[in-house]
Amino acid sequence: MKKKEIFITSAFTQNSVWRQILGICSALAVTNLMLNSLVMGLGVIFTLALSSFTISMIRDLIPKRIRMMVQTLIIASYVIIVDLFLKAYYPEISKSLGPYVGLIITNCIIMGRAEAFAGKNAPIDSMIDGIGAGVGYTLVLLIIAFVRELFGFGSVFGIPLLGDWWTKWSIMVMAPSAFFMLAILIWVINTPKLKRG
Amino acid sequence: MELNAFIIFIAAIFTSNILLTNFLGMCSFLSVSKEVDSSIGLGMAVVFVMTMTSALNYVVYHYILVPLDIIYLQYIIFIIVIAAFVQLTEMVMERFSPILYYSLGIFLPLITVNCAILGVSLFMIIRNYSFIQSVAYGAGSGLGWLLAILALAGIRQRIKEKYVPTGLVGAGLSLIITGIMALAFVGFSGIVVIQ
Repeated sequence: MKKKEIFITSAFTQNSVWRQILGICSALAVTNLMLNSLVMGLGVIFTLALSSFTISMIRDLIPKRIRMMVQTLIIASYVIIVDLFLKAYYPEISKSLGPYVGLIITNCIIMGRAEAFAGKNAPIDSMIDGIGAGVGYTLVLLIIAFVRELFGFGSVFGIPLLGDWWTKWSIMVMAPSAFFMLAILIWVINTPKLKRG
Repeated sequence: MELNAFIIFIAAIFTSNILLTNFLGMCSFLSVSKEVDSSIGLGMAVVFVMTMTSALNYVVYHYILVPLDIIYLQYIIFIIVIAAFVQLTEMVMERFSPILYYSLGIFLPLITVNCAILGVSLFMIIRNYSFIQSVAYGAGSGLGWLLAILALAGIRQRIKEKYVPTGLVGAGLSLIITGIMALAFVGFSGIVVIQ
């Protein structure tokens, strides 16, 4: 497969969130602000790319029985890097993301890509696949966060857009709206696909 | 502020439900909730593992990681503790209670990657809970998760034969049901508040 194809497949046509319903825990939790979503997305892209690369490099050395454990440890090491980086340079964002940075470890997308792609393919291809999956995930996060922040706070990336006349929808900031937004997104994306057969 | 452990327990079930307000444990929540029986099985396993690992991780964190000044390794250590505990439970269960093993055992491997388990451990560290508070929080969160998955499984079983728009079948519909459940749980939020 060509590199570009790998990227497109894992980012859009086989997008982990809306096609496979993976990794939605954090997709729901951090999407009340665009900035948080972007940072979270970048963290996931970084972790996905490097852990796919590493797992693919040593894929022949990992014993089959303990491969889950080895993969988890590799992923955890990269997540620690992300966490320390955020704590050092962006303490504010790190604080508002709270434990969700650490929870990238148990994000099913990373494990899923490791199992489905990195375990069978060459390192560079796996890395591209990882970046693709990460970009697809970030895209979903940003779409949901855009709607929630716009209606909930009347702003985008913290910049007020709607002005004072806008009555803030506090429901958009609370938990239930995240479920509804993701459901609507999945619905909208899957409908034309089903019609085409 | 020192919170009563019992209050934390109740709050973890209702007002700060780990699934409906913190969105943790969604993956297995959506995939296992097709039938009531299996969701009870998974829920019970989650309650047990969550209570025990929050106690274990509390001890590991405060008596090993903090004195040695290696807090930055907490993610790796917590994951290892959880995985090791799940593996151990599986082995003990298989040896001493085969019946329990066949009803709960199949769900145990799923639990290692359930983000709610790791999430509870991380929240308890961030919120500076004492040992009793941590255990209460772990048990409460587990019960809250069981409650949520049980409710969803019950609703999904009833709705199975109804007409739903094709694009919504499966995950989309479950998410909407969960959203409505979350709305209902927002109603509890006046009772007690823990962050």
